[in-house]
Amino acid sequence: MVDLLDKHKGIMERFQRMTSLGINGLGVTNDQMLSPTRAMVDGREIILAGTNNYMGITFDPRCIAAGKKALDEFGTGTTGSRIANGSFALHKELEAELASFLGLEHCIIFTTGYQANLGMLSGLAGPKDTIYLDADSHSSIYDGCTLSGAKLVRFRHNDAADLDKRLSRSEGEEGGRLVVLEGIYSMLGDRAPLKDFVELKKKHEFQLCVDDAHSFGVLGPNGRGLGDEAGLSEHVDFVIGTFSKSVGAIGGFGASNHPLFETLRYAMRPYMFTASASPASIATSIEAIKVLKAEPERRAKIWANSERLYNGLKGLGFEMGCDVVSPVVAVKIPDELTTITKWNALFQGGVYVNMAVPPGTPNRLCLLRCSVSAAHTTQEIDHIIAVFKQAFNV
Amino acid sequence: MTEIADIVPVLVDLLKPFNTENKPLTEATDIPAELNIDSVGVLDFIMEVEDHFDIEIPMNAVANIRTVGELAAYVKSKV
Repeated sequence: MVDLLDKHKGIMERFQRMTSLGINGLGVTNDQMLSPTRAMVDGREIILAGTNNYMGITFDPRCIAAGKKALDEFGTGTTGSRIANGSFALHKELEAELASFLGLEHCIIFTTGYQANLGMLSGLAGPKDTIYLDADSHSSIYDGCTLSGAKLVRFRHNDAADLDKRLSRSEGEEGGRLVVLEGIYSMLGDRAPLKDFVELKKKHEFQLCVDDAHSFGVLGPNGRGLGDEAGLSEHVDFVIGTFSKSVGAIGGFGASNHPLFETLRYAMRPYMFTASASPASIATSIEAIKVLKAEPERRAKIWANSERLYNGLKGLGFEMGCDVVSPVVAVKIPDELTTITKWNALFQGGVYVNMAVPPGTPNRLCLLRCSVSAAHTTQEIDHIIAVFKQAFNV
Repeated sequence: MTEIADIVPVLVDLLKPFNTENKPLTEATDIPAELNIDSVGVLDFIMEVEDHFDIEIPMNAVANIRTVGELAAYVKSKV
C-alpha cells in the first residue's frame, strides 16, 4: 500500500531541522495576550512584531463591547451559509459600512480573507477567461486563480512593461481578461505601481482587481487602499480585502461599483458552500471600520512607526526587502540556517517576528519579517531595533 | 521550422541558473523531480522560456509538463 503521507516526509525532515535549532518558530503559542503588541509565550513577555495587527485595534474597548453584545443578541455562530440559512442583520450592516468606507456601491463579505480571494477570483473568471497575476502574488491568489479554471499567465513582479508584453501575446483571444495586483506585497513590503498598470488599460482591454489585504486601512488619505493612495480608485474594477489585519477580526470582502456585482453571490462556491462569519467577529469588524474612519491618526502613527523601524534596521546595515518605507519591514538573510538561528536569537531577546523561507518567498529569499502596528510605542520600536542589533552583533 | 532537437539545448541553457546541484541535463530530465526545484522555481524558469521564444505557456499547461523533452514539444507547438 502506498502511504499517502509518505510524500510529505521531506517536509517533516525540513521541519525537524528547523525546530532542532531552538523553539518552533512556525508554531509559537501565545498563552496570554496582554495587548495588541504584547503576549506571554513560555512564561515570558514578548513584543509582537509579526502579527499584521496594523491598526492595533484588537483590544479596542468599543470593538470588544460590540462583540460581546453580538454574542448576547445573535449567539455564538451562524451554523450555515447565507445562501442556505439566510443572513444575519449584522452581515448586511457590515457590507453597507464597508461599501461606505470604500466609497463603492457593492460589497460582499466572506468568512476568511483566504476565501475572499478564492471566491472573488473564481467568481470573476471562468474557463474561457485569462487571469494575469503578479509573480509575487499571495498563495490565496494563486489558489483562487486555479479554482477559476481560467487560463493563468504570470507576469514579472511589479513590472507593467512585462505585463504589456504578455497581454500582447494573447491579444484578440476570446474571453475576458483579469489583471490581479496587490496593494502591499506581504513578503517584501513593496506596493504595486498602480499608475503604470492603469496606463495599460489605454492599450489593452482588461478588468483590474487589487487585493488590499495588507493595505486596507493603511494606504491612502481615507485608508481605502492602493487605489486611494494613487488617486486612481475609479480605474480599479474590483477590490479584495481581509478583516484579519487592520480590522483585527477574521473574514474578508470583495467590493466594486460593477452593476452585476451582486450576482457573484450565486456564482462563488467559497461564498455559497461555507458557514457565514460568526456574529461576534462581524460585530467587531463593523465597529473597527467605524474606528478606522473616525481616527485617521492611527494611520499617521503606523507610518511614523514604520519609518522608525525601517530606517532603524536599514541604518544597522541590513539589506531591506524593498526600497520604500512600509508597514511590512522585511530584512534579507543569506540562508535558511542563519534565518532560523537569528529568529531564535530575536525571540530570546523578547521580540517575535516572522520567519519566511522558500518557497513561500519570492526569488528563494530568506527573510525575517516584521509587521508594524499603530499600537507599538516608540520605545517598543526602539527595543525591536536594539534586539536586532544584539542578535546580529552589528 | 524549429525542431525539438534545436529547442532542447536552448532549454538546457535556460535551465542552468535553476540547476543549483549541477545535475546532468538532458531531454529526459524530469525538471521538478530531478533538479530539486520548488513550484515557484519551475514557474520562474517557465517565464524565461516564454520570453526567450516570445510565446505564452500558461500555468495550467505547466502542470502537465515534467521533462525537458515535453517542454520542448510544447514550445515547438507554439513557435
